[in-house]
Amino acid sequence: MSNLERKLAAGEFVVTAELPVIDGGGQGEILRQLAPMRPFVDAFNATDNPSAHAHCSPLAVAIGLIQAGVEPVMQLACRDRNRLALEADLLGAAMHGIENICCLTGDDVTAGDEPETRRVFDIDGPQLIALARVLEGGRYLSGRSITPPPHYLIGAVENPGAPPYEYRVRRAAQKALAGARFLQLQICYHPELLERFMRVASDTGLSERLALIPSICILRTVGGMRFVATQVPGIDVPPETVARVENAGDAEVECFEIAYELACHALAQPGVAGLHFISFRRDAGIAKLCTRLGIPPRLERETNGYSASVAV
Amino acid sequence: MSDSSPARPPASARPHAPARAAALIARAEHAIKGPVWGCQMCGQCVLHSTGLTCPMNCPKTLRNGPCGGVRANGHCEVKPEMRCVWLKAYERSERMPGWRGHIDDLRPPVDNRLKGTSAWVNLITGRDRQLPAGWAAGADVEP
Ligand code: SF4
Repeated sequence: MSNLERKLAAGEFVVTAELPVIDGGGQGEILRQLAPMRPFVDAFNATDNPSAHAHCSPLAVAIGLIQAGVEPVMQLACRDRNRLALEADLLGAAMHGIENICCLTGDDVTAGDEPETRRVFDIDGPQLIALARVLEGGRYLSGRSITPPPHYLIGAVENPGAPPYEYRVRRAAQKALAGARFLQLQICYHPELLERFMRVASDTGLSERLALIPSICILRTVGGMRFVATQVPGIDVPPETVARVENAGDAEVECFEIAYELACHALAQPGVAGLHFISFRRDAGIAKLCTRLGIPPRLERETNGYSASVAV
Repeated sequence: MSDSSPARPPASARPHAPARAAALIARAEHAIKGPVWGCQMCGQCVLHSTGLTCPMNCPKTLRNGPCGGVRANGHCEVKPEMRCVWLKAYERSERMPGWRGHIDDLRPPVDNRLKGTSAWVNLITGRDRQLPAGWAAGADVEP
């Protein structure tokens, strides 16, 4: 059982973070990227060609994370692989002791820098969750048996900030029914939409069955903010938020303030199981934000316990 | 069914007539469902659970609800000029008394062999409900 699974089952607060994408530089690059945030994070996402840009494969990076002594969450998207390839990567992950997986539909190829690519989408996100469960049941889709069967902590994503807003919790429930046990929620620059999602999830009892982990993105520049506001599918940034960074004396400080405010707001919502941090470059932003939020480093949380309510 | 009657030769010995009939039905089906619902002839119709909106018009051919890329104005991530297929499906399914809530069902992976065949025929023969042999294995796993 992974540490993340144990913590979620025990209702302990979790901190996950996106490992910035790896291109060249091998294992040394993974270690360099990990260094500034390592003490605070329970598990690191190995991303799967985010925004449809090619990078080192999530399976390879997840193996690298294990070799680096930390726990990976292996993302798998349906955009680039058919069901045979997805089954192969899921079994490959299990072979290397990777249990935390995060199932995505995936951004379209048109969001990337090779938009001429053929999109696959042989199955969709909820079906991928169910497929991981089929493997756990000791079968390939064909019915061929797998002994012993693999074990996963199956997760997925959901976007509280994309229409139809009132349907998103039902979609999250559909993913829970398919077998997901945690959801990393898409970065949301509309606090009222995250609030609405968390409230309905809590009222319907979904947050009891499914660990909901909002994402907080730490940007640094006006260009970065404009990129997220215009280029990342499914993320809508209010013009006031973009203007705040544009008009700020120090864009980096302002971006950090925005991330802090959104994180405080997320922590105050009912049923928050943890936070997921995204910082696109190697810097100490995640450690700094955790410290400001009052989230202690991992070892301290594990020894002394921690409840998110302390932070707000 | 009538195929079990000993007087009739096995289906494999008379492939032409049924195949022609199925193709004819497929053409009729497309002629009706194409213009009305934008049917893409996946051969395993789920229109009743998607508010009579064909999910195969989603550029990602998603069968289980909208992706996370839907734009704030409700338009498609991939085709900005088009309203998200699943937004339409959701709104319409809410207005369909008998099948309301079916949109939340987990629809199994598409059987790509059925593309271009008649969903009407596949419904009658049960072929459209034939799942991958391993699909049920997931249901037994303790959550
Ligand atoms: S926005 Fe809607 S129609 Fe477009 S790819 Fe996503 S789910 Fe399909």
